[in-house]
Amino acid sequence: MRQILNTLAPLLLLGFLLSIWEITCRALGVPAYFLPPPSAVALAVAQDAPSLITAAWNTLSVALLALLLASLCAQAVAIVIALSPLLERAVRPLASVLQVTPVVAIAPLVLIWAGIDHPERAVISLAVLVAFFPIFSGAVTGLHAADPDLERLFDLYQASRIQRVLRLQLPSAVPFLLEGHKVGAGLAIIGAVVAEFAAGSGGIRGLAWRILDAGNKLQTARMLAALVVLGVMGVVLHAILNRIEQFGLRWWRGR
Amino acid sequence: MASIVALEQVEVDYPGRGRALGPFSFSVAPGEIVALVGPSGSGKSTALRLLAGLEAPTRGSLERDLGRGETSVVFQAPTLAPWLSAQANVALPLELSGMPKAEALAQAGAALDRVGLSNAWAARPAQLSGGMAMRVSLARALATGPKLLLLDEPFAALDEITRRTLADDVLTLWSQSRPAIVFVTHSVEEAAYMAARVVVLTKGPGRVAGEIEIPGDLPRPKAFRATAGFRQAAEDISSCLAQGSEVVS
Repeated sequence: MRQILNTLAPLLLLGFLLSIWEITCRALGVPAYFLPPPSAVALAVAQDAPSLITAAWNTLSVALLALLLASLCAQAVAIVIALSPLLERAVRPLASVLQVTPVVAIAPLVLIWAGIDHPERAVISLAVLVAFFPIFSGAVTGLHAADPDLERLFDLYQASRIQRVLRLQLPSAVPFLLEGHKVGAGLAIIGAVVAEFAAGSGGIRGLAWRILDAGNKLQTARMLAALVVLGVMGVVLHAILNRIEQFGLRWWRGR
Repeated sequence: MASIVALEQVEVDYPGRGRALGPFSFSVAPGEIVALVGPSGSGKSTALRLLAGLEAPTRGSLERDLGRGETSVVFQAPTLAPWLSAQANVALPLELSGMPKAEALAQAGAALDRVGLSNAWAARPAQLSGGMAMRVSLARALATGPKLLLLDEPFAALDEITRRTLADDVLTLWSQSRPAIVFVTHSVEEAAYMAARVVVLTKGPGRVAGEIEIPGDLPRPKAFRATAGFRQAAEDISSCLAQGSEVVS
């Protein structure tokens, strides 16, 4: 009973808020370009479903590709610096600069570097930049999180630096890597959407482009429809990544 | 008898913490079982790390007549890699020393059989009880065929029955290949039962407060715990420990 209530509670709250929104719009006669009622948004979702699905896939595929590239780069850099403490001290500040720099601020620069004719490259690059740090940070923390007694055993058996990284540090980093990828995936979507905004109409025709396009035409219901799809996509991706993380941790712990 | 490891007037200082051990002289002969007993903070674990070659003394000399893979350590916790099966954990040091994986796994399986874990080859550490995990740790330590086995309070976290069973198991395993064993313990009874020689340390920084030879051949029968010799040895260790604890450093 409690579990059913736990599941129903957010749905009931959502239904209540949508009802208030619908009633308020109708009672006060709010103009549709300012705030359309939820029924109009639902209609826009239904009418635009094919193009919204295409747009969502365009954004999602960019985010997933960015996540893959960020994962490979972040882990490779983390392993290389794990082999050399001096390199780690050199790379850490640069990685921090990358973390605190807003993606919107560097988007125009990346657009120029990627080539004005190839905005899709810029969008992917920006999403990679945003997704890179949490994975890199998780990998570096995880590579230093090995059990000190296991480290001493590796000392005792005179393990080589490579053996230490591959047989001890990388496996010890798995929980941190899973967490880093979960955060990185969410940020990759944010990065892809922000980059699409920055690239404008010449970029990938994803959900951000749909929002911009509908906004330019004052079609607020279609704007909100794209936002709804973006929200649903985020929630589903987060749920999938949560499951992957739980499965990965169960495998790692052996229970 | 020539020693396989010897510490001569060794001192260990840690920056900011002062002296942890010494001056301390100690040696171990091949096949000997020695217990290191002392109050908390007397530097027993530091002494063990010196014997393992994991640490260098600040002063004094350390001589080790041991090659790669000839020293094994069992820590207070089983220290197993959670992502590996029991068999893969035991095979790990063998693989690190360059043995082909298939051969290392076969040898690890045999080592698990010797500690009575024939049915737990595929089990992960999280699926094992505390006693079973400690047996895996013992199997890993013995799999490389060490000449020196160092045990750092290996049974401290276990219940009394498991402690006694494991103590007998260690002695049985010792009788098969006869490595030298140095073990740190807080238990006077454990020291008197398992060791041929007990070295008692003063309170920190530890020095030798006394050495007690325990009568009777190893491995000892379980009935040894009921003998007058055992009771006398335990009393001698306790009194030496009490005197050592009063020594002002």
